Amino acid sequence: MNVSYRWLSEYIDLSGIEPQRLAEMLTRGGIEIDAVPSRNLGVSKTVVGYVKHKEKHPDADKLNVCTVDAGLGEDLQIVCGAPNVAAGQKVPVALVGAKLPGDLAIKNAKLRGVESQGMICSARELGINDKLLPKELQEGILVLPADTEIGADILEVLGLNDSVLELDLTPNRSDCLSMLGVAYEASALTGRPLRLPEPEKELYPSADKTADRVSVSIEAEALCPHYAARYIKGVKIGPSPLWMQNRLIAAGIRPISNVVDITNYVMLEYGQPLHAFDAAKVAGGRIGVRLAREGETLETLDGQTRKLEPHMLLITDAEKPIALAGVMGGLNSEVTADTVDIILESARFDGGSVRKTSRQLGLRSEASARFEKEVDPSRVRGALDRAAALMGRYAEGLVTEGVAEAVVSRPEPAIVELTLDRVNRLLGTSLSSLEVKTIWSRLQFAAEETGNGAWRVTVPTRRGDMTRDVDLIEEVARLHGYDEIPTTRIEGPTTTGALTKSQAIRRELRRLLAEAGLYEAVSYSVTSPANAARFPALSGGEAAKPIPLAMPMSEERSVLRTSLLPSLVEAAAYNLSRRSGDVALFEIAGVFHSEEAALTTLPHEKPRLAFLLTGNRRTAAWNRTAEPYDFFDAKGVLESVFARLGLAESVAYEASQPAGFHPGRTAALKLRDAHGGETIGYVGQLHPDLQREYDLGDAFVAELELAPLYARADARIAYRALPRFPAMERDLAVVVDAGVAGGDLVGAIRAAAGELLESVRVFDVYTGERLGAGKKSVALALVYRHAERTLTDEEVTEAHARAVQELAQSFGAELRK
Amino acid sequence: MKDRLEALRREALAQLQEVADPGRLNDLRVQYLGKKGQLTEVLRGMGGLSAEERPVIGQVANDVRAAIEGVIAEKQAAFDRADTERRLAAETIDVSLPGKAGARGGIHPLTKVTQEIEDIFLGMGYTVAEGPEVETDYFNFEALNLPKNHPARDMQDSFYITDEILLRTHTSPVQIRTMQAANGKTPLKVICPGKVYRRDDDDATHSFMFHQIEGLVVGPNIRMSDLKGTLLQFVQQMYGAQVQIRLRPSFFPFTEPSAEVDVTCTQCGGHGCRMCKHTGWIEILGCGMVHPKVLEHGGYDPKEVSGFAFGMGVERIALLKYDIDDIRHFYNNDLRFLSQFARM
Repeated sequence: MNVSYRWLSEYIDLSGIEPQRLAEMLTRGGIEIDAVPSRNLGVSKTVVGYVKHKEKHPDADKLNVCTVDAGLGEDLQIVCGAPNVAAGQKVPVALVGAKLPGDLAIKNAKLRGVESQGMICSARELGINDKLLPKELQEGILVLPADTEIGADILEVLGLNDSVLELDLTPNRSDCLSMLGVAYEASALTGRPLRLPEPEKELYPSADKTADRVSVSIEAEALCPHYAARYIKGVKIGPSPLWMQNRLIAAGIRPISNVVDITNYVMLEYGQPLHAFDAAKVAGGRIGVRLAREGETLETLDGQTRKLEPHMLLITDAEKPIALAGVMGGLNSEVTADTVDIILESARFDGGSVRKTSRQLGLRSEASARFEKEVDPSRVRGALDRAAALMGRYAEGLVTEGVAEAVVSRPEPAIVELTLDRVNRLLGTSLSSLEVKTIWSRLQFAAEETGNGAWRVTVPTRRGDMTRDVDLIEEVARLHGYDEIPTTRIEGPTTTGALTKSQAIRRELRRLLAEAGLYEAVSYSVTSPANAARFPALSGGEAAKPIPLAMPMSEERSVLRTSLLPSLVEAAAYNLSRRSGDVALFEIAGVFHSEEAALTTLPHEKPRLAFLLTGNRRTAAWNRTAEPYDFFDAKGVLESVFARLGLAESVAYEASQPAGFHPGRTAALKLRDAHGGETIGYVGQLHPDLQREYDLGDAFVAELELAPLYARADARIAYRALPRFPAMERDLAVVVDAGVAGGDLVGAIRAAAGELLESVRVFDVYTGERLGAGKKSVALALVYRHAERTLTDEEVTEAHARAVQELAQSFGAELRK
Repeated sequence: MKDRLEALRREALAQLQEVADPGRLNDLRVQYLGKKGQLTEVLRGMGGLSAEERPVIGQVANDVRAAIEGVIAEKQAAFDRADTERRLAAETIDVSLPGKAGARGGIHPLTKVTQEIEDIFLGMGYTVAEGPEVETDYFNFEALNLPKNHPARDMQDSFYITDEILLRTHTSPVQIRTMQAANGKTPLKVICPGKVYRRDDDDATHSFMFHQIEGLVVGPNIRMSDLKGTLLQFVQQMYGAQVQIRLRPSFFPFTEPSAEVDVTCTQCGGHGCRMCKHTGWIEILGCGMVHPKVLEHGGYDPKEVSGFAFGMGVERIALLKYDIDDIRHFYNNDLRFLSQFARM
């Protein structure tokens, strides 16, 4: 809503309160003012002139030499290039010494040898947004009404000595979608009285009865509680008065004709949208309100034929639909230059219904915006009368006697009870009864004291947002001033702040991964169907379908992501294309899976950790060659993660070939438990096809579920005394088939060597011709120790032999000499 | 014999004086002091001396030996010193060359800001509550006093999946879930961080996905003045003790009264600058007293308890804190961006 300061001044004395100050008061009171632009963008010394003569310029085809009376006593000679300039016109004349927007200075000039003492201006040259002007005034100079006073200051004539308050309204304050509403608010804030229009006093008795010409009946009672119509006879369609046009332009509405302008003017003034029908086109004078029927259509004012749906509310005549209620009129009943009689509509339509229809048809207007937020039921008649009176005065119409009206229901003002104690207890203030009473009167709310500091407040229907005591408490708070509310500490028992286990683990993981050299990524939770299908093993299986958005904004963001890796792959490609080829990224976020094809319950949101490593762990430098990432970097990161969570011994890495991964360089992560264990994720190299698709080099990735880790993570530290007895170390090298997993050898040794074995690790793996094809040598370092005594050579030898024998039996391992 | 010894001393010392390398020094040591050396040879003649002469000559011989040994030791030490110096000089490195850096990584700036805010409220006795990002219409809207067709739903145009399920448009549904889980218990003090989604075209200041942190306190006598006190304490911990807050009346369906909160512009200290559009204030959060209907949906009797709630955009706070020009940087995962936040 754009509010003209001068227009507002008509309802309340604003003297001494400059527009900026008023804007500040309104903003601090809860009506946010975004900006207060002046309507004058830099016009000075420009007046109304009368074009007495026009002659062709002797040396220029397109120029005219005009003799202009600008009220200076002496006529001016002005050269004008506009094609529409003509003798007899009243026009804006920028005098010599004038300034126009864009720092244009008007000087005495010679145009092709002819002296010009000023400039005749177009609307655009005066800084008026010409999109808001009738088409005929957008081209050429601005032609003013014939009765405009010669010599008058153009700023006054065009209402440019004004500022516009641009309101950014919250949805609850739709009362301020009207000049009257803003005036009430300004009155409450300033304490100054209001001067309201009294339209009923401007309507004169007429012998013609409305009832003889129009009838109204409401069929769709649930969606139209009140419909009122007046009949205006013999209007003369023409331009509206300049002051009205100026105010519409200030509000951002294009003047069209007196009848249409008046409906818009009163809508801005009262917040009640109005509609004018050409009475001759309303069959039978019978206005009806009903729902559309299947298959019905209506050609709306914009010339489009609309397919109607049964939920849409229509205005009809005896035969046909003539308007989409509250949204747009029909072309078949439009007011045109030939219109003689008018049926004027003022009604209330259900906000939700208007909202649904206007959105569905993409027809959002000043009118629909007001209906959507519900209009003030008490202004339906006032606005109708006001517009009728204005049509009498400015369209030479005759307003017939009476109103054709159907009323289903008329809401009573809300009555809200509250106590002073409740006000002070909720706000933490210590306001007196008198202070609160003053606020009721500033708001013009009738408040009856019912004893013991309690009030029964009657809230006018214009403030439909006041339904509960807390609504009134907010009024008290904002008019008293939020700044005046004290600052206190919460009373009552203290509470302890702490993170939950999973929250603490997440923080720990972020810290660990960052210290391991990875940067945390944050990427979008929605993705393309193609991405959602890249890693079926991580996405709930081959058959699982990603969850689609009902109305996505693009294909790239049309489904919920099913795994994190595609985002990291894209991030890696993004960085690579910006010459950052060494990428180490991780993300902790949820993925979304569901067993249902169409959701009826919320999907599973699985917290996941994923990371990606590509390029070099260390770049080449003066003292080293580059060290590219490999599988074991990724696995090493995971080992750190599991070790930090106390799960180092609980996770197994099993060779695996999930789609999207390199089939020979990928492991499933098994979290072991009493029942065997579950796969919680994968670590491996991206499939080379995928790497190629994204122009990536070898990329090593992992993605795993966090929920099982939250459940199993063990922060307890089981301290063991430092060893007091020496260890004995034995190395072992065996030759096995190349396909035998080193991890299995380690596991078998652990099981076979028994309690004396303290640790075993692989320290070398070798393949070569000497071993023969398909063979490899694995060298292991075993450490034996007993906690209570020094081991004997014999018992170590025995345990060691058991290990060797087990390897021979289970893996056909041969000791390497 | 004494003369021979003295001559030997002179000769040896003269020769030692000339020595220029450790090899020659060793040769001289052998030549004079070795088992077959000249001094030993002279001393062999001691047998022919009288008992009176023997100690005298013995003393002289010892003096000569000590003198030669002393010079040899001195020379040897000098050679050793020079040798060490040569070696150290050869080992000199260019200390200006870069070190073997450990791995560098870091958490995301949004995580950083979130954790900072979490820590402030943890210190004030709050716990951290979380809820699903895919929500029901009931938790996201209806329970928050936003019935279907409420005009305020326009404020946060949403991504629906079905008619009843959508991507949450704010973290406020976690309020309802938390209250319901508390089962009527007070006091309740939580903050709820998380991702939220709105149907916005992405540009420098808008993103369809962003992060919020919501706060909720419910208790028997929670006042709006407590809300002001809490927010003041929060912003002063976040931005410094000199920072003040200003509340402006506003509207949220789930709070009444409602307010927008401005803080003293951290860039100019309130004098007015480009960042605060010359007002001295920067809007950072919205808040209010929990609406009675919301308390009811949470399982509380609004006659018995009251509460306050507040919410802020993490991106906005991070943009202001680091003076970042474009919100989209947060989601591009550009390492040139991310690596700038790897600091304490």
